[in-house]
Amino acid sequence: MSGLPELKVLGIGAFADGLPDWAAMAAFARGEAGLVEGAPKKPAPSMLPANERRRAPDSVLLALLVAEAACANAGADPAALPSVFTSTHGDLAITDYMCATLATAPTEVSPTRFHNSVHNAAAGYWTIGVGCHAPATAISAFDASFAQGLIEAALQIAIDGGPLLLVAYDSPAGGPLQHTSKSEGLFGFALVLDRADGSGLSLVPRIEAGVCAEAAGPLIEATARNAMAPAARLAQALARGEDICELPAGMDSRLVLELRHG
Amino acid sequence: MSAAAMPPLAITARTLTTACGAGLDSMREALAARRSGLRRNDFSAHPLETWIGRVDGLEDLQLPADLMGWDCRNNRLAWFALQQDGVAARVEALRERYGAARVAIIIGTSTSSIGASEEAYTRLDGDRFPADLHRPIIHTPHSLGSFLAAATGLRGPCVTVATACSSSAKVFAQAARLIQAGVVDAALVGGVDTLCGSVLFGFNALGLVSTAQCRPFDVARNGLSLGEAGGYAILEREGAGPRLLGYGESSDAHHMSSPHPEGLGARLCMQAAIARAGLAPADIDYLNLHGTATPKNDEIEAGAVARLFGECLRASSTKAYTGHTLGAAGIVESLIAIEAIESGLMPGTLNCDDPDPACGPQILRENTRGEVRYAMNNSFGFGGNNCSLVFGAEARA
Repeated sequence: MSGLPELKVLGIGAFADGLPDWAAMAAFARGEAGLVEGAPKKPAPSMLPANERRRAPDSVLLALLVAEAACANAGADPAALPSVFTSTHGDLAITDYMCATLATAPTEVSPTRFHNSVHNAAAGYWTIGVGCHAPATAISAFDASFAQGLIEAALQIAIDGGPLLLVAYDSPAGGPLQHTSKSEGLFGFALVLDRADGSGLSLVPRIEAGVCAEAAGPLIEATARNAMAPAARLAQALARGEDICELPAGMDSRLVLELRHG
Repeated sequence: MSAAAMPPLAITARTLTTACGAGLDSMREALAARRSGLRRNDFSAHPLETWIGRVDGLEDLQLPADLMGWDCRNNRLAWFALQQDGVAARVEALRERYGAARVAIIIGTSTSSIGASEEAYTRLDGDRFPADLHRPIIHTPHSLGSFLAAATGLRGPCVTVATACSSSAKVFAQAARLIQAGVVDAALVGGVDTLCGSVLFGFNALGLVSTAQCRPFDVARNGLSLGEAGGYAILEREGAGPRLLGYGESSDAHHMSSPHPEGLGARLCMQAAIARAGLAPADIDYLNLHGTATPKNDEIEAGAVARLFGECLRASSTKAYTGHTLGAAGIVESLIAIEAIESGLMPGTLNCDDPDPACGPQILRENTRGEVRYAMNNSFGFGGNNCSLVFGAEARA
C-alpha cells in the first residue's frame, strides 16, 4: 500500500448559522441563495430526546446533527460505522465554565459538565445515541484538524474498509477565553466515506509540502471566523463541482484533494 | 469488530516519566521494589484530600528559548520526558534518515495544557488573560502536538488524539495505519497529561477520587488516585526492539462516564487487538489492566478478563504506582507491559490486599517472574472509548 486511497463520498451533512442543512449550504456556496431566514439557531438532532437536547453542549448537538444528516444522506446504518470526530478546540463554552468555576469555587464543578468537557464528548454521545460499538476517535490538529481527520478516515478505510463517518465541528468561544481561542458561530460538516468503486462522487487525496492556495467564496467567508473554517473549503468545492481543493495539513504541509464528480 | 492483520512494527526507542521518576530505569526500580510514587495531594490550590502521582521538578524546568511560546506545565513535562532514554537523539536520527516529512507525531492527552487556561482565569486582567498567558497555542488541545512538532522539527502528520483515558493507546493504532499505508516511514507516539484543577475537581465531582492511595481490585477500593506522566515510543517498520503486533478499538455505546455493565466494549477491543496480532487469548502471558480502582471499572474489567482468558494469564493494574495518568495511561502502561516481555517481571497490583471476589485467578497481587512472549495493555476512556494493544518480542517478527 502506498499513500492515501481514493474515497467515495456516500453522504454529506452540514450546519452553520443560517445554513441548517447541506442543501441550503450548497445553494449558498453556489451563490444561488442567501442565508435561510428563521433557520434554527441551535442544532436539534432527532436522535436525542428533548430533555437530553437541553443538557447536551452546543458542540455535541452540532456534531450529532451533521453526523445523522450525513448518515441519512448516505442511507447508511449509523450503528455500523466507525467514526472520526475532529474539532480544533472542542467545546470552548465548557472550557470557559470549567476554568471560571475552578477559579472561584472548585468544589462546585458540575460532574455532568466535567464529563462533557472531554474532547471525545461528541463521539461518546454519538456512539451511545446510535448504539454503535465500532471504534470512534477524537482528534485535534489546530488549523489542520479537518485535513488530519480526513487523513485518519482515509487510513481506517484503507486498512479496515468502510463505510466510515467523519465529523468536523467547532463552536463559539465565550468569556475571557474568546480572546485567545478564536471561534465564532457554529459550523459542522460530516461525510460518510467509503472505498472508491469508480462510480459517483469521489476524492483523491495526497499530502504535499507547502502552503495552501488561497480560496474564496461566499461559504468560506461566512464560516471564516469559525475554527473549523478549513472544512468550508471542501464543502464549497463539492457544492460548486470544482475539481480541486487544498486544505491546511500542518507545518509546511497541505492536503490536496482532487474531486471526481462521477 | 473485524480486524485485518497488521505487519508488526518495531519499537526502536521508548521512555516514560511518572511520579516514580524520570526514565525507564526509575519505573523498573519502583516496580521491582513495589514502591508507589503516590503522595498526599500537595498540588491543588484549594484543598482536596486525596493522593496524587506528581512529577517532581516541573516548576523549575526551563524550556529552550525558542520553545518558550509553548511554556506551560504540560509542555514542560513533554520536553522533560523527551530527554530521557535517548528518545530525543533517536528522533533526530529518524529526521536525518527518513526526512522530516516522513515521520509523524501522534500524541495523546486528555486535558493538554488546560492548566494554563485555569491559571489565566485566576489572574484575569478585566476579562483578558494576563500578558504572559496570552498565547493562543497553549489554550487549545493541540498545544501538545504543536509543541512536539516545534521541539523535534518533524513535519509529517502531527495529530493530538484526545479520547480521554484511551488517548495514548489509540496513538499506536493511528500511527500504525500511517506507516502501513506508506504515508510515513516512522512515527513518534506517546502521551502527556499533567495534573490540573479540571481533573482533580472534575473526578472529585463524579465521586471517583479516593481520599487514600488507590487500591485496584481490592474489595475495599473506593476510587482513583490521579497522576501525571509523559512517555513516548518510536515506531518503525524494522529495527531492534520489541514489536507492536496488534491494536483493537471499540465503543461501549453505554454511558459517558460509566463502563458498559457487561464489559462489552472491553471484550470487543481486547478480541480485536488479539485477532489483529494473529494470536488467540491463550497466547497472551501478561495483561496490564486499566484497573483504575473505581468500584465499577475494576469489577467489570475483572469480569471481562475472566471470561475471555484462561487461568494462565497474569494481569495487573499499576495505577497504585503512578496514579491514573489519564491521557498518558496508554503509553505508560504499554511500556510497563513491554518491560514484562523484556525482563520477565510481571508487576503485582500494589495495594490489592483483599482481592474483590469478582477477580479471577488472573489478577496478580505479588510480583511474579516468568516468560512473557506476548503482553497486552488495556486503556478505557470516558465516552466508552476503548483501546487494547498487543506487544511481542523482537524475535517473533
